[in-house]
Amino acid sequence: MKALFALLTAALLALSVQAKEAAPLAEDPAVEQRMVNIAEELRCLVCQNESLAGSQADLAKDLRREVRGLIKEGKTDTEVKDFLVSRYGDFVLYRPQVKPTTYVLWAGPFVLLIIGIAVLVNYLRRRSQLVKDVPLSAEERQRAASLLKDVQS
Amino acid sequence: MNRFLLPLGIFIVLVVLLAVGLNLNPREVPSPLVGKPAPDFSVPQLDAPDKVFSPKEMLGQVWLFNVWASWCVSCREEHPVLVEYAKAGKLPALVGLDYKDKREDGLRWIKHFGNPYQLSAFDADGRVGINYGVYGVPETYLIDKAGVIRFKQIGPITPEVLEKKILPMVQELNK
Repeated sequence: MKALFALLTAALLALSVQAKEAAPLAEDPAVEQRMVNIAEELRCLVCQNESLAGSQADLAKDLRREVRGLIKEGKTDTEVKDFLVSRYGDFVLYRPQVKPTTYVLWAGPFVLLIIGIAVLVNYLRRRSQLVKDVPLSAEERQRAASLLKDVQS
Repeated sequence: MNRFLLPLGIFIVLVVLLAVGLNLNPREVPSPLVGKPAPDFSVPQLDAPDKVFSPKEMLGQVWLFNVWASWCVSCREEHPVLVEYAKAGKLPALVGLDYKDKREDGLRWIKHFGNPYQLSAFDADGRVGINYGVYGVPETYLIDKAGVIRFKQIGPITPEVLEKKILPMVQELNK
């Protein structure tokens, strides 16, 4: 019994020690949240398909540190993004800015959609003109009626 | 015949676009810093911690700023090229930036592989690298007499790049 008690105490003690070892939360949760919001919109240049928020690359860690610093300095989200764009180029933005060099990128899909719709409408119109409504003559009507009668009997 | 011409044309255009797209290197992101003044900084030198280096000291000459590190694998490929060309006196002033490295590792690297640099700046926390938009070492910047970045090489410098791009540009800038 005593042995069991000692074992349990030891186990509990180990648990409590472990609990204390949990990683401390970020110093300032508000700053951290803003950093994550901004970093999710930015591309990590080392692993190009990862966001800056999710990447474990060394550079991403450094850049998150810079972003945290800028936020603490009171910079706005746009200013933080401009800081990175001025160094790494538009490529870091997952959502490219609208400006002359990106007009094609932004408008292209809609232009293609409009062209597609125009072609489709044009095609359907032409096809509907090919089908002419020709009424049956009296003779054909009679033949049809007799054929139908054959089927029914 | 005409019926097939249009789809065939579209198909060929698509194939050409895809072929070009496949041959682009996604690692080479055009730097917004080309054509802009090189960011200023002031950091200790690698072999003399008490001395600082600032790009301002290089004003008035065309120079190469080469970012390297002892942990960088591609740098091993690049370094012999730099050493060879520096020995032959073909390079303009060459300044290194030991990026996110340990001082003793950087010094050992230089001792072991040779030193083509007139000096190396030491960027322990990577801040200078961030200001220069470094994302994959090695990277090299060609900076003109007025301190404007004229060209950026991402990845190792090869003899081809030197002969075909960098050295002709250096000659042009030195005129």
